[in-house]
Amino acid sequence: MTETTVTHTGQPDRPKGWRGITADWASDQRAFKNVSWGKAMMWIFLLSDTFIFGCFLLSYMTARMSTRVPWPNPSEVFALRIGGSDIPLILIAIMTFVLISSSGTMAMAVNFGYRHDRRKTAILMLLTAALGATFVGMQAFEWTKLITEGVRPWGNPWGAAQFGSCFFMITGFHGTHVTIGVIFLVIVARKVWRGDFDTGRPGFFTSRKGRYENVEIMGLYWHFVDLVWVFIFAFFYLW
Amino acid sequence: MAEATANGLGQHALHATHAEQAAATAVARPEVHQEHPIKLYLVVWAWLFILSTCSYLVDYFGIHGYLRWSLILIFMMLKAGLIVAVFMHMAWERLAMMYAIILPPILVLVFVTMMVFEADYTLLTRIAHFGPGP
Repeated sequence: MTETTVTHTGQPDRPKGWRGITADWASDQRAFKNVSWGKAMMWIFLLSDTFIFGCFLLSYMTARMSTRVPWPNPSEVFALRIGGSDIPLILIAIMTFVLISSSGTMAMAVNFGYRHDRRKTAILMLLTAALGATFVGMQAFEWTKLITEGVRPWGNPWGAAQFGSCFFMITGFHGTHVTIGVIFLVIVARKVWRGDFDTGRPGFFTSRKGRYENVEIMGLYWHFVDLVWVFIFAFFYLW
Repeated sequence: MAEATANGLGQHALHATHAEQAAATAVARPEVHQEHPIKLYLVVWAWLFILSTCSYLVDYFGIHGYLRWSLILIFMMLKAGLIVAVFMHMAWERLAMMYAIILPPILVLVFVTMMVFEADYTLLTRIAHFGPGP
């Protein structure tokens, strides 16, 4: 990574003006010099996903700022009664730790992947998937609890009616991302376990050979899911 | 970390010892692999746990007002930064990549500012028409 690769600096007679714009964009230059297309496209997908979650959090902010009715106190709403006393937000805290742990195991899976340690990579990915599934399970528990307490997208017993719609929309979309991540983790873990990336076996969907970089690209998605939760935890649960 | 570039054959001649290996990599696989010591990940993992605990304690001890909001934001940004920089390896990417991915989300702050004004206006209108909250 010590050198900058600018592909066409040696050519002084490149066209100028509009012709130059089309020529430059149509030529064989690549913007991301040392990043594979697979990884670059995952990053760009994650960027677009950032905007989706950004808009959700923005609309939540707008709803919360513009209502005359007091917002329900998340610290009390998400409290759990353990051993006779209400512990505020404890389930959400545990979910946060579970997701962070899954991010840690994923990062190590990527590392072992590049060392071609199939066994450790697959085990760590499956562990990541298990932690992700645990997270979704706890989220299902949380939804059930709130629904039985009377939270609906159009109202709730404690305050501003928009609380329910924001909650179900934001956490639901995030939970969907986690679920999709778990499914793909299992698929990639199976490929690693079987040695697809060593033998060059074509993928069932793309018919192209995979590489151990696929583990890192999968990891990018998974870390993003964790990243989004950091923001949801701060803005929705703690604010 | 193996050094590899897209078209650096001329440069590789300078590093005579690595020239052959690097040229072979450059043809087959121009991308740089992200390999770092396991210890780095464990340290970041521990820090994420500590920061999460801290942000939970903000709520547990019932800190309120500007102190609460600033603490929440500080812990959030530190966690997000660690995840993106180390776990997602952004710290080792080229600047073109960093700017392409990190700048656009920051521009969302413009949208946030617009919606703050809009929300304030909506609240004022609601109070003007329906009176202060129930």
